[in-house]
Amino acid sequence: MTQLTQSPLDEAIATLLAPGGLDAEALEPGLSHALGPGIDYADLYFQRSWHESWVLEDGEVKDASYNIDGGVGVRALSGEKTGFAYSNQITAEALAETGKTASGIARSGSCLDRKPVTVSSAPLRYTGIDPLSGLTAEDKIAMLKLADRVARAADPSVSQVSASLTGEHEVVMVRASDGTLAADIRPLVRLNVSVIAAKNGRRERGSAGGGGRYAMSRLRDENAAERYAKEAVRQALVNLEAVDAPAGQMPVVLGSGWPGILLHEAVGHGLEGDFNRKGSSAFAGRMGQRVAAPGVTVVDDATLDDRRGSMTVDDEGTPGAYTPLIEDGILVGYMQDKLNARLMGMAPTGNARRESYAHLPMPRMTNTYMLAGQDDPEDIIKSVKRGIYAVSFGGGQVDITSGKFVFSASEAYLIEDGRITTPVKGATLIGNGPEAMGRVSMIGHDMALDTGIGVCGKEGQGVPVGVGQPTLKLDEITVGGTQS
Amino acid sequence: MTQAFDAAAQQALLESRVAAALEQARKLGADACEVGASVDQGTGVNVRLGEVETVELSRDQGFAVTVYVGKRKGSASSSDAGEDSIRAAVEKAMAIARYTGEDPASGLADAELMATEFPDLKVHHPWHLSTDEAIELALACEAAGRAVPGITNSDGAGLSSGEGVRVYGNSHGFLAGLKGSRHSLSCMLIAGDEQGMQRDYDYSSVRDPALLASPESIGKSAAERTLRRLGARRPATGRLPVMFAPELAAGLVGHFLNAIAGGALYREASFLCDSLGKPLFPDWFTLMERPREVGAMASAPFDNDGVYTRDNVYIDSGRIASYMLSAYSARRLGMTSTGNAGGARNVRIEAPLESQQHLLARMDRGVLVTELMGQGVNGVTGDYSRGAAGFWVENGEIQYPVEEFTIAGNLNDMFANLAGLGDDVDTRGSVHTGSWLIDGMTVAGG
Repeated sequence: MTQLTQSPLDEAIATLLAPGGLDAEALEPGLSHALGPGIDYADLYFQRSWHESWVLEDGEVKDASYNIDGGVGVRALSGEKTGFAYSNQITAEALAETGKTASGIARSGSCLDRKPVTVSSAPLRYTGIDPLSGLTAEDKIAMLKLADRVARAADPSVSQVSASLTGEHEVVMVRASDGTLAADIRPLVRLNVSVIAAKNGRRERGSAGGGGRYAMSRLRDENAAERYAKEAVRQALVNLEAVDAPAGQMPVVLGSGWPGILLHEAVGHGLEGDFNRKGSSAFAGRMGQRVAAPGVTVVDDATLDDRRGSMTVDDEGTPGAYTPLIEDGILVGYMQDKLNARLMGMAPTGNARRESYAHLPMPRMTNTYMLAGQDDPEDIIKSVKRGIYAVSFGGGQVDITSGKFVFSASEAYLIEDGRITTPVKGATLIGNGPEAMGRVSMIGHDMALDTGIGVCGKEGQGVPVGVGQPTLKLDEITVGGTQS
Repeated sequence: MTQAFDAAAQQALLESRVAAALEQARKLGADACEVGASVDQGTGVNVRLGEVETVELSRDQGFAVTVYVGKRKGSASSSDAGEDSIRAAVEKAMAIARYTGEDPASGLADAELMATEFPDLKVHHPWHLSTDEAIELALACEAAGRAVPGITNSDGAGLSSGEGVRVYGNSHGFLAGLKGSRHSLSCMLIAGDEQGMQRDYDYSSVRDPALLASPESIGKSAAERTLRRLGARRPATGRLPVMFAPELAAGLVGHFLNAIAGGALYREASFLCDSLGKPLFPDWFTLMERPREVGAMASAPFDNDGVYTRDNVYIDSGRIASYMLSAYSARRLGMTSTGNAGGARNVRIEAPLESQQHLLARMDRGVLVTELMGQGVNGVTGDYSRGAAGFWVENGEIQYPVEEFTIAGNLNDMFANLAGLGDDVDTRGSVHTGSWLIDGMTVAGG
């Protein structure tokens, strides 16, 4: 077979370095600037991204925008200290200036011998394409107009429809003093539909969306516009019928897929290496101990094909990996970047991520999910006398030190005598990570991943992530409704 | 490691580039055009357990252009405000405007609304601080906190200092810039007992470094805030009055402002659609905006459309007196811009204030909430349900810390049930307010 495409590394060099008059050779003097006296690790992170957004309102695509971002971030480490500088210019001068600034973190010590270059050979987890090309502007507009038509035709109570189509083509390259040389071409697309439905003096919103690391044309081929439009309307109509949610402790059944946000908040953040190195996580020092009920197995998996949270290599050039975090209820792994792995005497797990060249990398989740269990989802519902069945969520948050976490339901129902009955208004659920995971009493066989909508925020940096889980039952958690 | 930053020269440079972009758009056939450009520079240091953790130098640029061709529009932006990338962005925006649909409300704000007076609002106070000095301040802050008995660990202390320039121009001939600075010092500490760990923080954030709280006071306060959370219990579920600490009360003001923002109103995505003139708060409560207050956090003489800013009263004696509108959202609603493209600036409240102690006495039995978690606010319906932590109040006095509970209600009812305002006004952000006492919320706990 003929290889028609360039390797990611060739493309990255051509895209990132050539415009500033640089070539691959220029990486070496660039790295030298950052490797001053006393520096024990340094890396250069090059990035360029093209972002496109089309927004439909009132049946017309009235707003569209295009953004180009790019530059180089230079980091120098000395023990636990980090020096960091960046520039939106990728030139020899910028590399010299940022390198010297970053290495100013240490002022004395020996100069490191850099290791020979090893080009990353990580298997590709998605195709290195420009997702924005392939569809014409007319195609993109047509997709949004279809979403509008489908949503309005679905029910007469739909009064507002907004839909957006976004895509990003990102090229990154890392050169580090430990010998790393890696490049990655990361496509990312997403389609979102949001509707307002009004009936009998009430007004409610419904929204749905999804995407992943593939071409925009796949969204069209998979009828994303039609599916998400119908789903958004369905959710709005359910919420128009919703009654006040109950307040207090009760059993909660979480649906499969996106409700896996539970795992992201209740355990995921608490198992990031930085918080455990610093001893600030409620999970610190609990490796090998029981932190969840038997049967609970949670992994972080960057290797899933084409998923929103997947990474061929992370932002330090480490190949993306399948990392078990909890096995049958026992804590078995943390998510690590190079700095925290080294300081904890562990191996990096390919979880170093950064929002852009202008941000420092840190341990972050990729796709975090719970493996399937044995229970039939119907039996799980039947086992609840009075409780809540929650199938969609708006978002969540965790205090990793106290372990308290919340996540807010946007579609939920009462369970009465083993049957799903009335829809209830959105309510926040609150619990304590290890405690809540200990109360998982039934795990469905219907493991599903979300549709590709997650953004995780940490220290002001947002990165795309995925979550997933089977239907599962928490014997008791606090539901924040208004009916006490 | 300090970087030189000549704000006046940067402003002149950005103004010339914005003017060139406007001219280029005109030549390419745009009927109207607007351009924003910015450059910011700063230093940030973080220390933890008495050692330097990170030293970060930042320099960010931004550039955004919107062109109008007839009633169609196109936008493009870049992180590079260099001449080449500006030229490319204008071309890209023109290309996009060939495809977008016609929008009768589209276009610049009306020319007669453009700001014409640009008083110096004293929001630019550069701080010529070396990296070593920044580290010293952060170390002193953390050390003061860690010296308090009971503190067992630290998430560190950080100092950040920056300044920047923003320039906006449009094809009405409007071209103006604004220089500003922001300096902050923060500390987050951890304490633990047999029940588990708790963390809390405090910070100071100012335009003028002379007004920054002392490192010692921030560190000590962070320690006290952390220690008072130890030994938390779960409150019982029930209907109770809730007092919101000042920084959280500012968030309630934010929910109100989001609901009267033009963008939410014309999309019918607000619980305050068609609410002008209607009562929302008690009649002793008035809420306004003072965008030209000298030295304040969000002061500016013009908004993101170039429209002059003016004092707006949003709540007059409890009733909704005005929406918060940009040029576009105003047109969609058949109204006139209130100079709020980019949001509200310097929100102030006029109401009788009471001491926190007096408010607690009136509450008698309930919860004082000092932390909220999650996003459980539905802007379309006003339904409110969030995770919380704070203190149990009985007989008008704080009894013990509480955590792992939710508070829930509907913003319409919560605003109507506002029972009192504290004199403990937090002046760090754009919204200045003290504590809020709200009757009749649902607390869900153990």
